[in-house]
Amino acid sequence: MAYDKFEILTSTAVPLPIENVDTDQIIPARFLKATERKGFGDNLFRDWRYNGDDTPKTDFVLNDATYSGKILIGGKNFGSGSSREHAAWAVYDYGFRCVISSFFADIFKGNCLNIGVLPVQVSAEFASKIFAAIEKDPKTEIEVNLPKQKVTLLVTGESESFDINGYKKENMLNGFDDIDYLQNIKKDITAFAEDLPL
Amino acid sequence: MSKTLFDKVWDSHVVKHVEDGPDVLFIDRHMVHEVTSPVAFLGIKNRDIGVLYPNKTFATADHNTPTINQHLPVEDPLSANQLMALEENAKAHGISHWGLGHEKNGIVHVVGPEYGITQPGATIVCGDSHTSTHGAFGAIAFGIGTSEVEMVLATQCIMQPKPKKMRINVKGSLNFGVTPKDVALYIISKLTTSGATGYFVEYAGDVFENMTMEGRMTVCNLSIEMGARGGMIAPDEKTFEYVKGREHTPTGAAWDKAMAYWKTLKTDADATFDKELTFDASDIEPMITYGTNPGMGMGISKSIPNANQVEGGEATYKKSLGYMDFNEGEDMIGKPIDFVFIGSCTNGRIEDFRAFASIIKGRKKADHVTAWLVPGSHKVEAAIKEEGILDIIQESGFELREPGCSACLAMNDDKVPAGKLAVSTSNRNFEGRQGPGSRTLLASPLVAAAAAVTGKVTDPRELMNS
Repeated sequence: MAYDKFEILTSTAVPLPIENVDTDQIIPARFLKATERKGFGDNLFRDWRYNGDDTPKTDFVLNDATYSGKILIGGKNFGSGSSREHAAWAVYDYGFRCVISSFFADIFKGNCLNIGVLPVQVSAEFASKIFAAIEKDPKTEIEVNLPKQKVTLLVTGESESFDINGYKKENMLNGFDDIDYLQNIKKDITAFAEDLPL
Repeated sequence: MSKTLFDKVWDSHVVKHVEDGPDVLFIDRHMVHEVTSPVAFLGIKNRDIGVLYPNKTFATADHNTPTINQHLPVEDPLSANQLMALEENAKAHGISHWGLGHEKNGIVHVVGPEYGITQPGATIVCGDSHTSTHGAFGAIAFGIGTSEVEMVLATQCIMQPKPKKMRINVKGSLNFGVTPKDVALYIISKLTTSGATGYFVEYAGDVFENMTMEGRMTVCNLSIEMGARGGMIAPDEKTFEYVKGREHTPTGAAWDKAMAYWKTLKTDADATFDKELTFDASDIEPMITYGTNPGMGMGISKSIPNANQVEGGEATYKKSLGYMDFNEGEDMIGKPIDFVFIGSCTNGRIEDFRAFASIIKGRKKADHVTAWLVPGSHKVEAAIKEEGILDIIQESGFELREPGCSACLAMNDDKVPAGKLAVSTSNRNFEGRQGPGSRTLLASPLVAAAAAVTGKVTDPRELMNS
């Protein structure tokens, strides 16, 4: 499924300074029953966001109007657990285009890259600086520059570079996905299949 | 050049390497279930492309399915809709489909090995993180997202960078009452829930060599719980013996050819790993978790660590213990429990039910405990009956349910109510994993059985004849 191109994102950020945020928190299993990619944003962090009677939990950051933006900044080991792409869909559909963390779980990170959410891994020190800056001023802006692979805390000008492989970067910049690429090398694939060890 | 087992299997499946990018990896076997596949099928439909190799994809329904009255229509309309979508998608593309009620139906990672779909040296993916289970056979097996499910359907390939390599050795012999589940929970407790992120793990050493195939599946299954992409064990005579004669296993000349190849699938003596860890089997006792991720585990006789004794931030640790309603320094032994769940792709095989039966035999289920005993497949269910385990279960006041993922992720009605404490043989103790507000203690089938008959966390060794 194609997604919007990603180049430079300047936005406030929503802080979630909790470690090991797992995909069951991002979207609980009972909300995975759709057969279309629709409405997952409504259930992002469902059980942290709503009480059992569906009233909002006022102390959760998504229910606090002080914080908003297209960037979510999470604690270390963000997205651990299941392979459900629904977790990345929920993040995207809610309106986030970028997740910043000092460490990502593998499958979640890959899923984000495949659907147009940019996972930006920064040092623990830089993550702490961002959290502190947001705590001081919730309207503080962060610039995520994909062409330059650089994330900047605009208020102080402090920045850090981040990694992304050239192939995925090109995809994100253009809104391409892997199927576009694989479809173009189908002949190589079928020839390869003839030649497998078994 | 010397290669690891992982290198041998990965490298032989690379269609091409993308410069400054991932490898295009050819997939031998693709398992699909009802939850993570419908959007992928919709994707290829919207692109107007078909399934490239329908005979390399296998569909089974497991995540959503009820574990009672499977002969009746599924009551939950959303679940029923997903099950119907899987059936229709499989039919439309000529993919074999083992739906609800089919004699081969069961949890995707249980039925794959049972029918010989899982083979040494294969690349196996599924939209499910516990696909790592199949690594027990010397396969490279890992979970993928729905976009990748779509890629496999359309092109039989995915695009991923080659992970780093880690070898985990466990040497010596296991103590009395220690099962493969305990070995895995012990390793995860040492590495933490993210300690193997970015790596593919090979398990080596006496403990894994001496382990049954089902035990190896339990260990490989839990690889993802320390963040690893997957885990694998070199195939040996035990592997070949298990695979032989199953429905999808090669026969005749093809078997001989396969065997000649499979026997080459081991790490070369001088091959190197990016990281290597060694543990001593004698340090492992029956394990139990006390927190909200599988890395928060300890020997059952120990007490809950203080925040300053564990890695990671104090706030996160205290939030986790707060959710569990536990305190630092408390013992787990003696804590009253409400639910017991035996099942899942981690511990839903016949050996797990034998272990459970060995403890409950001649004892009664504790009155206040609700127990869900859920076989991983119809084949496991049949073996439970044939071996007389069902009689033991019933005499002890338990009931056997029908196969499925069940309370492991509580997508069906098998939900542990808020606040209740469950001892589960499954794989995740995340907040609300077994139902909103539920609290989970992960453990082996022996520990779960001991809890089921005593109604509290109990060291199973006290109920076993040494």
